[in-house]
Amino acid sequence: MSGIGITLRLLHDGERDLEQDLLAAAARHRTDHEFHHVALDVARWSREHATRLADAGRDHGLALSGPRDHPSPGGLAALRAKASEALGRRPENGLLLLHDLRDLHLAAARNSLHWEMLAQAAQATRDERLLTLTGGCHPQTLRQLRWTNTMVKILAPQLLTSV
Amino acid sequence: MDTSADRIADVWGSRTPYEPGTPWPSRTDTHLAAGLGEQDVERWVQAASLLHSNGDAMDIAVREGRMVGVRGRAADRVNRGRLGPKDLYGWQANASPDRLTRPLVREDGRLVECDWDTAMDRITSRTRRLLDDKGPGSIGFHTSGQLFLEEYYTLAVLARAGLGTNHLDGNTRLCTATAAEALKETFGCDGQPGSYEDIDHADTVALFGHNMAETQTVLWMRLLDRMEGADPPRLVCVDPRHTPVARRADVHLAPRAGTNVALLNALLHEIIRTGRVDRAYLDAHTVGFDELAAIVAECTPGWAAGICDVPTAQIERAAEILGGAERLLSTVLQGVYQSHQATAAAVQVNNLHLIRGMLGRPGCGLLQMNGQPSAENTRECGADGDLPGFRNWQNEEHVAELAAVWNVTPQTIAHYAPPTHAMQIFRYAEQGSIGMLWITGTNPAVSLPELSRVRSILAQEHLFVIVQDLFLTETAQLADVVLPAATWGEKTGTLTNADRTVHLAEKAVDPPGEARPDLDILLDFAARMDFRDKDGGPLITWHDPESAFAAWQRCSAGRPCDYSGLSYDRLRGGSGIQWPCTDEAPDGTARLYTDGIDFAHPDVCESYGRDLVTGASVEPVEYWALNPDGKAVLKAAEYLPPHEDTSSDHPLQLITGRTVYHFHTRTKTARAPELNAAAPDVWAEMSPAEASAQGLADGDLVQITTPRGAVRARLRTTAIRDGMVFLPFHYGYWDTPAGHHPPDDRPGRAANETTVTDWDPASKQPLFKTGAARVTLVSRRPTDTAARTDTTGSGS
Repeated sequence: MSGIGITLRLLHDGERDLEQDLLAAAARHRTDHEFHHVALDVARWSREHATRLADAGRDHGLALSGPRDHPSPGGLAALRAKASEALGRRPENGLLLLHDLRDLHLAAARNSLHWEMLAQAAQATRDERLLTLTGGCHPQTLRQLRWTNTMVKILAPQLLTSV
Repeated sequence: MDTSADRIADVWGSRTPYEPGTPWPSRTDTHLAAGLGEQDVERWVQAASLLHSNGDAMDIAVREGRMVGVRGRAADRVNRGRLGPKDLYGWQANASPDRLTRPLVREDGRLVECDWDTAMDRITSRTRRLLDDKGPGSIGFHTSGQLFLEEYYTLAVLARAGLGTNHLDGNTRLCTATAAEALKETFGCDGQPGSYEDIDHADTVALFGHNMAETQTVLWMRLLDRMEGADPPRLVCVDPRHTPVARRADVHLAPRAGTNVALLNALLHEIIRTGRVDRAYLDAHTVGFDELAAIVAECTPGWAAGICDVPTAQIERAAEILGGAERLLSTVLQGVYQSHQATAAAVQVNNLHLIRGMLGRPGCGLLQMNGQPSAENTRECGADGDLPGFRNWQNEEHVAELAAVWNVTPQTIAHYAPPTHAMQIFRYAEQGSIGMLWITGTNPAVSLPELSRVRSILAQEHLFVIVQDLFLTETAQLADVVLPAATWGEKTGTLTNADRTVHLAEKAVDPPGEARPDLDILLDFAARMDFRDKDGGPLITWHDPESAFAAWQRCSAGRPCDYSGLSYDRLRGGSGIQWPCTDEAPDGTARLYTDGIDFAHPDVCESYGRDLVTGASVEPVEYWALNPDGKAVLKAAEYLPPHEDTSSDHPLQLITGRTVYHFHTRTKTARAPELNAAAPDVWAEMSPAEASAQGLADGDLVQITTPRGAVRARLRTTAIRDGMVFLPFHYGYWDTPAGHHPPDDRPGRAANETTVTDWDPASKQPLFKTGAARVTLVSRRPTDTAARTDTTGSGS
């Protein structure tokens, strides 16, 4: 597999994972309302990225699966939502949120670097389609990064000094 | 003179038509207590309205030490003598027999009367204990849009420099945060660009989610008078309800709730496509056009029609009118601010004006409206999650400047993160990191979303709640200490309306019992806490309204909201004056941005902006790169689907709103007999077709249920989008047997039992007009009651 192919695969898997991680964190922190809603919004970006990367993979001879199917919101999800609301009052939940934000930030940073590599390779090979892809998606990954960073900046002073 | 006996039925009074470019004729509205004439009035005392954001100037009639009526001030630029129903009748609430007259403290679970020393000692001892044990981050303040400038400024100084907490925000978060944020995103700084006088000149007026007829009755009178005169303006209205504004509009767009960005992007698309862009203005005064054009390139009217459920031809027609306007005035209010993608949508209205070059000239106005009478003061004084004087928390120079004004070290002022917004303050209280919450002049137990949650937060054992108010509100009933406050007419101070007009409101009568002005209470707290500056002198050096105003003038000097040219004397006797008012502009400033964009320079701007989807702060270095010359920023936004959509369980969109007869949670307006009688209880609105599809009819008692809770209300079938239900949000429980909550295990009457806790990530304004509900029958309309299908008395 070419270097571009390997990177496409890594990024595709990274965006798939980030979507899942964002959805899971959103479910864990239903009572941190802004985080919950924005996490769902920016998970949509990663989902679109995975779809577009799977399409691009075909140009490069890869069979990438695209985003995961959404689990149906069954009994388990309802249970998780209840647990999240019950636990949401506890101060320790604030620390858990900070740790989730850190992990999401690191995952987005990994994706961002892969986008950077692809964009550079696309320029070197004058691959217009790949350039369009990175140009369309990478800014959204950077927005995910700035968001997690801003949330940490806002929440850390209160949550780390109050438990 | 207009003294029509019944301004409940005749909300806007008689017409005084006028032509474009001529002054709005005056009409003096008066209402005196029954049996009294003007000859019976001993004194007229100058004031301005405290029951909406329009800033209507009035005089209070006094006889034998009591208020006996009001009269509009014909000389004033804002209302030229007119008053709306809330002002004509609302003053009577001051004399209500159930005013709080003594402080209350909680003893063995019950609130009991005490003296001021006892109440203030409890507050200061709890404050000291929290400061010692947990630090200033354990103390939060939630204030209002209904106090005076002098009070907000004092509160901001004692919270930010005295205690050093970052947790101070107003209920203005619920009404005007998006206006402020949208202005910051586009112009780098808060500050209303337009002026009410733009109505006198406009050839086109567009109202976005703004039922002006009910929220700013006097401004609507001005527009009605233009429409009755020669060369009337064309009117574009965006509102899902067929409001009085919609009925007068040339084009009325009634989109699905939560789709404003799609609609506005399509309007921008059409204006760009048809070449109605002012290139010279764009080049001289803006950055970001290419990105905006790219984002809206695919947002055709046909695309938006599918999302908004509005006919394509209507969107095209609206774009044609907006694109053809030569003097366009736009206003924006809660239909945008409290809806999904609030800031993103409000910013697109700014973009509309920028790409058309419609700014800074007579008639080319932009009014990002306020909801409350002194919301602007909460914003500029730094009592609403910003630093005073529109200073930028990310700009070290601004913080140093503020520290110099207060003679404290910059480190005293918490500025490592944006000042905490109200919804986050409640979240910290919920989690336990805030141990004391001081609430001044507002009623979150009725006004915040998801009331069962709010009640449970306020009732927590570990949270010490102080409420400062006129009455034992729903929130006060949950407090640990209740402080009786004086209000409008009983204290002196200034307030600034939605078009930057500063008015003086003077004391006319004494407050009841031991009630004290909010300023006196805050100064008393500061004195007891003995707050000091860095040289050991007193931090707060003022002692009354006028000296507090002078302190604020020093803080505002050189900033966009510059008050240095004003004084109480200048505000007495004549008209209100628009800031900035300085030595160079001694008569105030009608319009901002008459000569380019003044406040967006990186060294000057209040904010570097936020990501409109995620709320992430833009870093200084990014802003410098994007906008080194300080031009207006054309910020594009992609449409996102609403966070809570309809489903088979909850098939209807739920929006909440207001009526012309009430303000906020009815604390005052329900105590004015005429206003209370006009709208005594909650109701729900649905279209006749939707009601019939749900098996319901006008007058039925229905239950509105969402995943958060339920409300019971009489159904009114009105002209509103199908698929939607509307509830007024004013109604709570203080006048019910249960006091501050719904009767046990039964649905309530406060609309916010049902609303979702979700806020705009950029402005942090809660979204009351997003959510899904089902409506079910409780009981049929009693057969002897006539059906009510009128729509007056309900606003959005």
